[in-house]
Amino acid sequence: MGLIDRRMGIFLTGLFILTVAVPAGNLWMEGQPVPSYIVSLLGKYLCYALLAVALDLVWGFTGILSLGHGAFFALGGYAMGMHLMREIGDRGVYANPELPDFMVFLNYQELPWFWYGFDQFWFACLMVLLVPGALAFVFGWFAFRSRVTGVYLSIITQAMTYALMLAFFRNEMGFGGNNGLTDFKDVLGFDLQSDSTRAGLFVLSAIALAGGLLLARAITTSKLGQVLVCIRDAEDRTRFLGYRVEGYKLFVWVVSAMMAGVAGALYTPQVGIINPGEFSPANSIEIVIWVALGGRGTLVGAAIGAIIVAAAKTLLTGWFPEIWLFALGALFIFVTIFMPKGVLGVIEGALAKRPKPQPDGKEAEV
Amino acid sequence: MSIQLSLDGVNRSFDGFKAINDLSLTVEKGELRAIIGPNGAGKTTMMDIITGKTRPDEGEVLWNQTVDLTRTDEAGSARLGIGRKFQKPTVFETHTVEDNIALSLKDDRSVWATLFDRKTAEQEARISEVLELVKLDGDRARLAADLSHGQKQWLEIGMLLAQDPELLLVDEPAAGMTDAETMRTAELLRDIAGQHTVIVVEHDMEFVRALDCRVTVLHQGHVLAEGSLDHVSANEQVIEVYLGR
Repeated sequence: MGLIDRRMGIFLTGLFILTVAVPAGNLWMEGQPVPSYIVSLLGKYLCYALLAVALDLVWGFTGILSLGHGAFFALGGYAMGMHLMREIGDRGVYANPELPDFMVFLNYQELPWFWYGFDQFWFACLMVLLVPGALAFVFGWFAFRSRVTGVYLSIITQAMTYALMLAFFRNEMGFGGNNGLTDFKDVLGFDLQSDSTRAGLFVLSAIALAGGLLLARAITTSKLGQVLVCIRDAEDRTRFLGYRVEGYKLFVWVVSAMMAGVAGALYTPQVGIINPGEFSPANSIEIVIWVALGGRGTLVGAAIGAIIVAAAKTLLTGWFPEIWLFALGALFIFVTIFMPKGVLGVIEGALAKRPKPQPDGKEAEV
Repeated sequence: MSIQLSLDGVNRSFDGFKAINDLSLTVEKGELRAIIGPNGAGKTTMMDIITGKTRPDEGEVLWNQTVDLTRTDEAGSARLGIGRKFQKPTVFETHTVEDNIALSLKDDRSVWATLFDRKTAEQEARISEVLELVKLDGDRARLAADLSHGQKQWLEIGMLLAQDPELLLVDEPAAGMTDAETMRTAELLRDIAGQHTVIVVEHDMEFVRALDCRVTVLHQGHVLAEGSLDHVSANEQVIEVYLGR
């Protein structure tokens, strides 16, 4: 039960090779075998993978099915987007050094108070963690204390992200309304359009994913991680053993929300826009599908599931845009019925059967 | 002997149905007590009240004559030293037998302490001791889900012992056990009593006889009779409740 077991080792090795090969192929190799758009696309997938790991922590291990994790992702993305907006400065269309373009357009006279501080990169980074973390804390405090569980909890997480979506669509909120935040120029002085910055963001996303995986693994292999599984399997038993279940749920919920926030913060500069659509309930449901497809409670599986579905989405929406949602639905049904342990479960099951047959047949049971 | 647990004038109703009706009961430290009663007599509700899962409408529930148990929650009562075994064996199925015991050991239950916890040699020894006591030392690496029904009952009793509670509330431990297992369970509970206070809720009269202890008969949320098994079996009212209908 070390920190890096076999599946984690294989995945991290693959991720490392990708982290070296992709920027190398884009920046230094003759004829640019890896086009620039692929770098950003893969970087986006890695952000999704981190988001999936965050959801797996609460769903796969603790049994909290969140249908609103996209909200934490989007809040992290907005926090970073606000910094990128401030960094545009007077290079915007209206050349206002203080106010972002959309505020000038909407006749704002001064910067709203909640935009203060976002001109500082460190402040934005802090908010990337604190805003999703604080929302998760307040939400979790009330929900877990009142012992809201199961499908009821899922519904209110869905309501949470829907409410945020409606709020962010409003121009009066001061977050750019339905256009969101876009037209970013650079980050810390590095041009966001340049290949080297994009490669840098890709590498950062890979590091964040590896870090997120290791953190999640450290949590789940600790005694606390065992208690989380206890809560998932027999919540009452856990309480009667003296564990305050709500405290444990709150801890993992907040950690997960912050992880999702980091994923969102890395997503925004690579995609070049963050808008209220990221809060849409459909997005959050898609995250659940990633985790289910990859393999619940495996961490690595969740990351793989996110990458597979995101890649399939890119290809299918390119070829047959109108069938994507049907394909996604069919995929979900197929996985739930035929692959309850997900892609990772199927692969590991196939691998376990092949090597020298165990005389006691223990492997076959898995 | 001092008093471990006392209930005084406790009432609790659900939608007008009086599950517990003016219930008063005293259990002394180190005592082994059997509680019997027909279905719906309020046995489980009584346990819920003692462990803080359900709050009584009125009445007093005192722990060691000082602590008010109506103000604690489940985790709080467990931390005071009340261990509870459910009627349906409830163990952590996806953990190994050994981990089930390890997670039940008396220890700091706070989130931070648990996050950075490391098993000590002393705890390892205690785990082995408990596993031997409940005769599961040969199964320690198996998943709890793979145990037989009787073994799960024993594992849950082992988890209770690992908690080292002052009071054990045991709900129908013999349900689903073979005769031999039932007798062994009775023996185990008799052994535990003395160092711990044990309250057993049970239907099986053979089992209650094997426990050889003071018996409380509950009926419609109220104590009907109390004394040795022979004494209460001779009670007219008890016969009527159990056999009369």
